[in-house]
Amino acid sequence: MVVLWTDALIYVLIVVMLALGIYLRGKEHIQRPLQQIGRSKIGMASLVVLLFFVLIGLLDSVHFKPADDKKNEIISLLDAFATPLREHGEKTYSAPFATTLYSKEMMTLADGSIQWAYPRLEFGGRHLEDTETQHIADILQKAVYGLAQGASLIGFVMLLMWGLLAEQHKRFIRSSTAKTVWAVVFVIVSFSYASIHLSAYYHIFGTDKVGEDVFYQAVKSIRTGLVIGTLTTLIMLPMAIIFGILAGFFRGWVDDIIQYLYTTLNSIPGVLLIAASILMVQVYMANHEAAFTSVIVRVDTRLLFLCMILGVTSWTGLCRLLRAETLKLREMEYVQAASALGVKQGAILLRHILPNVMHIVLISVVLDFSSLVLAEAVLSYINIGVDPTSYSWGNMINGARLEMAREPIVWWSLTAAFVFMFALVLAANLFADVVQNAFDPRRSGNE
Amino acid sequence: MTQYIIRRLLYSLPLLMGVNILTFVLFFVVNSPDDMARMQLGQKHVTEQSIANWKQQHGYDVPLLWNDDAQGEKKITDTIFYQKSVGLLLFRFGVSDSGRNIGADIKERALPSLAVALPTLMIGLLVNICFALMMVLFRNSYLEHAGLVLCVILMSISSLFYIIGGQFFIGKVLRLVPISGYDDGMAAIKFLILPVLIGVFSGIGSGVRWYRTLFLEEVEKDYVRTARAKGLTETQTLFRHVLPNAMIPILTGVVVVLPLLFMGSLIMESFFSIPGLGSYTIDAINSQDFAIVRAMVFLGSVLYVIGLLLTDISYTLVDPRVRLS
Repeated sequence: MVVLWTDALIYVLIVVMLALGIYLRGKEHIQRPLQQIGRSKIGMASLVVLLFFVLIGLLDSVHFKPADDKKNEIISLLDAFATPLREHGEKTYSAPFATTLYSKEMMTLADGSIQWAYPRLEFGGRHLEDTETQHIADILQKAVYGLAQGASLIGFVMLLMWGLLAEQHKRFIRSSTAKTVWAVVFVIVSFSYASIHLSAYYHIFGTDKVGEDVFYQAVKSIRTGLVIGTLTTLIMLPMAIIFGILAGFFRGWVDDIIQYLYTTLNSIPGVLLIAASILMVQVYMANHEAAFTSVIVRVDTRLLFLCMILGVTSWTGLCRLLRAETLKLREMEYVQAASALGVKQGAILLRHILPNVMHIVLISVVLDFSSLVLAEAVLSYINIGVDPTSYSWGNMINGARLEMAREPIVWWSLTAAFVFMFALVLAANLFADVVQNAFDPRRSGNE
Repeated sequence: MTQYIIRRLLYSLPLLMGVNILTFVLFFVVNSPDDMARMQLGQKHVTEQSIANWKQQHGYDVPLLWNDDAQGEKKITDTIFYQKSVGLLLFRFGVSDSGRNIGADIKERALPSLAVALPTLMIGLLVNICFALMMVLFRNSYLEHAGLVLCVILMSISSLFYIIGGQFFIGKVLRLVPISGYDDGMAAIKFLILPVLIGVFSGIGSGVRWYRTLFLEEVEKDYVRTARAKGLTETQTLFRHVLPNAMIPILTGVVVVLPLLFMGSLIMESFFSIPGLGSYTIDAINSQDFAIVRAMVFLGSVLYVIGLLLTDISYTLVDPRVRLS
C-alpha cells in the first residue's frame, strides 16, 4: 500500500470526524439540530447523494502498487475495479455508445482495396456482429438488464433490512424521510449498476482526444473535487479558529496584529494570490524534479499545494466571523462568572468559548464546500488549478472547450463533467441549506 | 470628514507595505531569480552564462536586500527589493519580462475591462433586486418556493457552463452576436452584449438569494408592521419602506467592489477575448511573466483598499445612524 499526502490527510479527516461524532454523542444542544436535519427529506436525500460521492472518493484514495505489474505504477482501489475501463482505450474521439470512431479514416479492407470510412472501435460494441441492425436493440437490452439487476439487488437488500429491523426500529423504516432515503438509494444503486454493466460493452460517455473513456475520467475526478472541497477547509480551520478566537478574546495588540494580518491577505485579490503562489510552486517543482519521481506523486503534491493556497486565501472570512462572535461571547454572564471564579483563561477559551462558536464553523464548512468545488473548475481553466495531467472536471472542460468549434461538435466530455459537477454541487448546496437552518440560532424559528 | 479620510489613508499605508513584502517574499525569496531564469530559459541545458545574461537583462542581477559592493545609499537602492518592490508603491510598474511597459499596458487595457464589468454589475444588481423583491412580495407561496428551488439549481451550475452554453447557443446556433472579439468605440457594443448577459445570468442564483435574506430581515421589523397597520398595501410598504432601508447594505456592498471592476473578470475576458486587464493577467500567468503578475497583485490590493475606504464613506452618506469618528 502506498500512502500519498492527500490520502493521509483524508484519513486524518475521517478520524477527526469520527472522534467528533463520538465526543458529541448524547450532547443535547447538538442532538436537537441533528434531529432536525434527520427529519428533513431534502437534507437526508442530499446527504445520501453526498455519501455516495464520498464512497467513490474513498475507494479512489486507497493507493497501492499491484504485485504483478512491471510498469511500477501506483493505482487505487477504484482503478483496480475499473481496470477494463482503464485499459480499453480507443484511438481518438468516439461518441457515447458509438461503435465507430468519430472521424473517417483511410482503411485497407480485407480484399486489399482502400476505403474512406468510419473505422470500428477496438472495444466499444466489439461483441456486435452487425452494428446497423443490432446496435440500438443491444443497448436497450443491456440497459434494461442492468437496471433490472441493480434494482433487484437493492430490492433484496431493502427487504432484508425491513425484515431485520421492522420490529425494533419502525421509525427508521416507516417515516416519510426514511422512505425518501430508500427511494434515493434505490435510484442511485440501480442506475450505477446499469452504467457499470453497460460500460463493460460500450463507452457510455464516449472517449476523449487520446481515446480514454470519459466515464472513467468523470468518476476519477470525483476524488479531486472532494479533496479540494474538504482538505482546504481542514487546512484553514485551525488557523481561522485559533486566530479568530484569540483576536476576539484578548483584544488589544493581539487583535490589532491579527486584524492587520487578515486585512492584508484579504486585500490581495484571491485569484491573483493563487496564481502567484502556483507559479512559485511550479518553479519549485521544476527545480526539484528528483523529488517527484512518478506522475501520481507530482499530481498529488500539486493538489496538496493548491488546497493549502486556497486555505490561506479563504480563512479570513471565517476568522472575521469568529472574532465578532467571540467579542460578543466574552461579555456574556457565564464567561464573566467563570473568570470571576478563577478559571484560567485557557480553560475558558476551550470550555466556554470554543464550543459556542462551533455552529459558525460548521455552517461555513458546509457552505464553502460547493464553492470550492466550483472554483476548482475555474482555476483549472486558467491553468492555475490542479496539475494538467490529473483527472479533474476543470481539466475535462478545459480539454473539451477547444473542440466546440468542430463540426459536428464533441459535446460528451463537457456534458459528463458538467453533469457530475452539478450533481455534487447541488447535493452540497441543498445539504448546506438544511444544516444552516438547523444550526443557525437566528433561523431557529423556521420550520 | 477630511480628517477621517486622511487618517484612513494613513492606515492603508501599512496594509500596502504588507502586501508589498508578501509579494516580495513570494516572488524572490521562495524562489531565487536563478530559479526563475532557469524556468524561463528551459530546464535542461542552461549555462551559468545564459542565466547571468537573463538576470542582467531583467535587472535581477543585484542582491536581494543589501548590496555590499555599492557605495553610500546605493547599498539599499541597488537591490531587488528597492528596485522591484518599492517602485510599485509609487506606481512605477517597470517593464515586463518580455520587455513591454506595464504601466502603459494597464492604462490601455483598463477601459475594455470596465466596459464589460460595469454593465454586468449594474444590470445584475437591477435584475437581482427585482427578482428578490418579487419573491418577498409573494413570500410563503408556491411561487416563492419554486423561485428558491430555481435559485439553488442556478447556483449549482458552474459558471463555465453558462459561458460555453451561451457562446454555443446564442453565438453559434442562433448567430445573434459574434462569439468573441472586441472593437474600439461604439462598435464594441455588439461584442459586449453576450458577456454582459452571461455575467448577469450566472450571478442570479446567489444574488437573488442574498438580497432576499436582506429584504426578509427588514420585512420583519417594527416600522414595517406600523406601515402595514397604517393601511398601506403590501407593495407600498415594500417600495416605500423596505426597499430604501435595505438599500443601505446593498449599496455599501456594491461600493466595495467598484474599484475592483477595473481589474476585470479573468474568465469572461479570456473566453470572449476582450483585451482587458483580466486577459492581460491570464496571458501573464500562462507565459509566466512574473513582473506583470506582481504588478497586478499590487494594483488589485490598492483598488481593494480604496474600496474599503469608499465603503466607510458611503455608510455615512446613506445611513444617518453612522457617524465617522
